[in-house]
Amino acid sequence: MTAYFLLLLTTALVNNVVLVKFLGLCPFMGVSRNMDSALGMGLATTFVITLACAATWMLEHWLLMPFDLGYLRILSFILVIAATVQFVEMVVGKSAPALYQALGIYLPLITTNCAVLGVALLTAQERMGFLQSLVYGFGSALGFTLVLLVFAGLRERLALARVPAAFAGAPVSFILASLLSLAFMGFAGLSFSQETSSCGSPFCP
Amino acid sequence: MWLAVLSLTVLGTLLGLALGVAAKYFHVDGNSLVAEIEALMPGSNCGQCGFAGCPRAAAAIAEGSAPVTLCPPGGRALAQALAAKLGIRIDLDAVVDHGPQIANVAEDICIGCCRCSKVCPTDAILGAAKQIHNVIREACTGCGNCIDRCPTEALLLQTLPVTVQHWVWPKPATTPAAFAA
Amino acid sequence: MGILEKILGRHPHWGVHPDDHKRPAADAPLRSLPLPEVLRVPLQQHVGSPARPVVLVGERVLKGDLIAEPNGNISAPVHAPTSGRISAIGEITAPHPSGLPQLAITITADGADTWCERQPVADPLALAPEEISRRTAAAGVVGLGGATFPAAVKFNLGRRLRVGTLIVNGGECEPYLSADDRIMRDRATEVVDGLRIVMHAIGAREALVGIEDNKPQAITAMRAAAAAFGHVQVRVVPARYPMGSDKQLIQTLTGKEVPADARAAEVGVLVHNVSTCAAVHRALRHGEPLVERIVTLNGGALTRPGNVLAPIGTPVVDLLRFAGIRERPARLILGGPMMGIVLPHARVPIVKGASGVLAFDAAEARTPAAGPCIRCGSCTRACPMGLLPLEMASRIDADDLDGAAGLALSDCIGCGCCTYVCPSHIPLVQYFSYAKGELSTRERNRLREAATRRLAEERAARLQREAREKAVAAARRKAERAATKAAAGAGVPPLRERVVVTPTSETAT
Repeated sequence: MTAYFLLLLTTALVNNVVLVKFLGLCPFMGVSRNMDSALGMGLATTFVITLACAATWMLEHWLLMPFDLGYLRILSFILVIAATVQFVEMVVGKSAPALYQALGIYLPLITTNCAVLGVALLTAQERMGFLQSLVYGFGSALGFTLVLLVFAGLRERLALARVPAAFAGAPVSFILASLLSLAFMGFAGLSFSQETSSCGSPFCP
Repeated sequence: MWLAVLSLTVLGTLLGLALGVAAKYFHVDGNSLVAEIEALMPGSNCGQCGFAGCPRAAAAIAEGSAPVTLCPPGGRALAQALAAKLGIRIDLDAVVDHGPQIANVAEDICIGCCRCSKVCPTDAILGAAKQIHNVIREACTGCGNCIDRCPTEALLLQTLPVTVQHWVWPKPATTPAAFAA
Repeated sequence: MGILEKILGRHPHWGVHPDDHKRPAADAPLRSLPLPEVLRVPLQQHVGSPARPVVLVGERVLKGDLIAEPNGNISAPVHAPTSGRISAIGEITAPHPSGLPQLAITITADGADTWCERQPVADPLALAPEEISRRTAAAGVVGLGGATFPAAVKFNLGRRLRVGTLIVNGGECEPYLSADDRIMRDRATEVVDGLRIVMHAIGAREALVGIEDNKPQAITAMRAAAAAFGHVQVRVVPARYPMGSDKQLIQTLTGKEVPADARAAEVGVLVHNVSTCAAVHRALRHGEPLVERIVTLNGGALTRPGNVLAPIGTPVVDLLRFAGIRERPARLILGGPMMGIVLPHARVPIVKGASGVLAFDAAEARTPAAGPCIRCGSCTRACPMGLLPLEMASRIDADDLDGAAGLALSDCIGCGCCTYVCPSHIPLVQYFSYAKGELSTRERNRLREAATRRLAEERAARLQREAREKAVAAARRKAERAATKAAAGAGVPPLRERVVVTPTSETAT
């Protein structure tokens, strides 16, 4: 139990998917103009990453490994993730129209979100167990949501600030992102017990 | 090699089939976006945009075949609201906004032909055959439909003057030049 | 304002304490203005809809004659401030920062200043409260503290909500002004009598007169006048701007806080200004409508600052000449320096709510250039409503009016404390005035759109109904023709009734 909790914490903070692994930077810059859309994107991504981790685990262990088709991993993962996203979009559209409206364009955008593919590939590479890969995916998605929300909050304040003309817009956002990344590097100082090395990241103690 | 081709084909076919079935099963009718856009429109169906009424215009905006700046009575405020709804950026300066206007009948040249009152989308023109017509100020939206109908050019659009009651303080201009965005 | 008071918390933690500049004007004895030749009386000197003129150009009027009647529920009549001839009814520059025109009645004075027939009441306290309200409304009494809300409407509100406490506002916290100070010193008995009439009108059990501690003579005079009445208490409040704002005065005197979007009457108190009470006294005891008021003339550009009794409608320039002009005023303000309005020129008239006319010299009128916000938070500490002026202003600057409204912009009383304390001289209160005006314009447009939608729907329904009626009429004619044909064929006259009945029942559905 402790191991899973620590795995969750490590993936969400120490090995944050956006600010440490630098995956999923497009929604990080693109969908962080306001808190509402950031939360919508975060929730949708959380759902999709968790589901994709489960689906790719099954694909990896029931198709690719038995038939020694490791070289097809990226291709088949993209196929599965795209289908999952499409499926989720349809289900949400039918069952929760309000949520569908709120997520709007962000739902299909997740298809091309490299964080989803990246996390799925990492779990496969590290040969994690089913539950472990599920927690790994969920933790990464939590970290993604957290960072997106924090960044959106900062950008909302930034919109009110008087920024010198030369820095207005994207430049000041990039400066802000780098500062946020520096802040998250601080989590690398957290030291956990032996069990956490199961996440397999080079940043893990 | 044949194994790879086969497995990807099977995988793709299966997923495609599943999505096809799901698309049938989870099909949603109608587009709520059109209804939302229609709620933002003035609703007077004046036809100045070139569409037959606000619902048609809303549908055209939703599918992207008409610009959000098409509605003259809605002016800048509506264009801004629609752009925010659709998540697009527009050049607000390009939108012509005369401010509030109303039609006015020059009573000495009105011949009482009733042509104007027939086209008024809000029934704001009062009059009968061979009687001088008049505009009910509270009901007129300034859409301008009646202006071209008048055979004697007795109808003109007037900009409503700003009164003490409706005057608004200007926004203070305090942004120093170096910070201008 | 000692350190001890601050520690003990008796001192209010909000507001500012500007140099009050009240003396020597406050200590100069009250003077009467010589009658101006021409008086321009605006038709809207109150909150609500403008009054409707009831006189014609060329008509002769006596002082106190009704010249414009109230128009709507919240409105007030306007009376002739002197005897003379109506020389014009038309637009003049309004005493308003916009400098836009406004309807006014111009009276050329005949110099006799003859009163019309007045109807004094010997004992107003024996009258029914409704009758007091009626007479107060007929006398055109509005809140003279600056809000200019029709007094009688407030009486009725107080009666309906069973208000127990009347708070009489002698705060006069604006710097430079001393009109209320003067009325309390010179006419304390009138004020106390007026407030007893108001108490009777609203059915209040007690009255609290709040006077700032920088007006010791007024406190003494009011205490002496109120000594005979146990239910009238004179309370000293610390001099602090904006103590004269009703919400702050209520909180200081009773400890009750008026909730956002609620009126003072809902917490069981009603606030009236001391000058309003004196006006009620004159309206009831003497039958005199509100045609004159005490105006403070002050500012560095004047040689003889002081308070004058001036008829409503007096051009500002006549007042300035009376007080002696030392130099060309750099800025003219109607009301106080914090919340008053900058006048476009000196030919505008004074109105019922004009507590002062300030003629500032160049040094007083100096406005430093605004710099960037340094987020020091001074405005947050100064705001008497506990708002975040810097946050609201930055949102308004970025055109996020809804964001500002979410920070309780509607609670802003526009007192100007934030602007006063801002070390960067940012015109914060102007941002809020702009945003409030813009938001109310949006609200008005929204209502207008809803009305348009309804009209369009009604038109659609009308067209449908007409089409249906036309179709029914056509069907009837067709049926009639067929019946005639059939009858001609059969040689029997047609049965008219039967064919007529069917369509009418159809139209009814």
